[in-house]
Amino acid sequence: MKTLKILTIVAIIIAASAFAVNNVFEGGEASNSSVDGYGIGDVATDFSLKNIDGKMVSLSDYEDAEGFIVIFTTNHCPYAKAYEDRIVALDKKYKSKGYPVIAINPNNPDKNEQDSFENMQLRAKQKGFTFPYLLDEGQKIYPVYGATKTPHVYILQKEDEENVVRYIGAIDDNYQDVNAVKEKFVENAVDELLAGEEVSVKTTKAIGCGIK
Amino acid sequence: MKKLFLLFIGIIFLGCKEHNNSKSEETFQAEKVPTYNFEEFEKQLPKEENKTYVVNFWATWCAPCVEELPIFTELDSKNENIEVILVSLDLPKLKDSQLIPFIKKNKISSQVILLDDPYSNVWIPKVNKDWDGAIPATLVYNTKNRKFYPHKFESYQELLDEVQTLKK
Repeated sequence: MKTLKILTIVAIIIAASAFAVNNVFEGGEASNSSVDGYGIGDVATDFSLKNIDGKMVSLSDYEDAEGFIVIFTTNHCPYAKAYEDRIVALDKKYKSKGYPVIAINPNNPDKNEQDSFENMQLRAKQKGFTFPYLLDEGQKIYPVYGATKTPHVYILQKEDEENVVRYIGAIDDNYQDVNAVKEKFVENAVDELLAGEEVSVKTTKAIGCGIK
Repeated sequence: MKKLFLLFIGIIFLGCKEHNNSKSEETFQAEKVPTYNFEEFEKQLPKEENKTYVVNFWATWCAPCVEELPIFTELDSKNENIEVILVSLDLPKLKDSQLIPFIKKNKISSQVILLDDPYSNVWIPKVNKDWDGAIPATLVYNTKNRKFYPHKFESYQELLDEVQTLKK
């Protein structure tokens, strides 16, 4: 009986410590991250960047567009790769509605051969990209936008010839499995803009590959 | 009576199992990399008094992460009261073909866990509200303080200094 008592006490102690859930993550302590780049409502800069067909592309070339789905993406990143087919689908769905996809590779090709201009051309061909895939030569554009990783989306809405940032973040909420997606962030945002509504979810977060 | 006894043995066993991942570096082997979703991960994070924990978010495909890994394993092995937890964000389907071989090849003795939770828009702000999800990123915590670093550490000394500051 005494053994049982001891065992009970031991069991309770162990169970208690096992379930003593700590609050390591709760709350948001101040970090020393510097927030640069665009916020919602800012006017995004235009650019002139080289497309995989060798021609220069600017947002101002798209006179009929109502806005843009600007996606910083790249070849080597597994998270970016996971989204390639979904980016193609976005362009197919929204180009005709006035929101074409503009993909930009922000990485320095010298840092990773996979992200070279030639490999961008190859990848676009393999995956059947229907949109421009531009190289941010000299890495001048991504810091202005404030992109930190790939993939990183900026939805711009054209307003009086200016491109206003309406959404910043991820394409959807599940990079692993397209069939398990619960919220299509980009689609929802563009649908809202097309309906003349305010974007309800303006920023989202996702893991991605840091830009190098 | 006998049944009760067995039940308690069972409870104790479960309790121990639950704790296994928190601290057992001596017996830790590279192939023992548990996979957790965020909720499970959060629950099993240790929080012992007089210990400081360094949680590093990384992936084998992330070059700057791989570059800074040695300073984390060095910190772990040289300091009795500091524990490093390496949280891999590699694709779960590549766990056996990439992550495990990487750990073996680089002889990583620190605890590695695979965080398999695709709903990152939900869990990233829980780690830190200002974190945008770019890695490497590191959280240092103990029972009194915590601090989040959304960047790479350039040297062992820089990391050690930060951990020592937090311990005070």
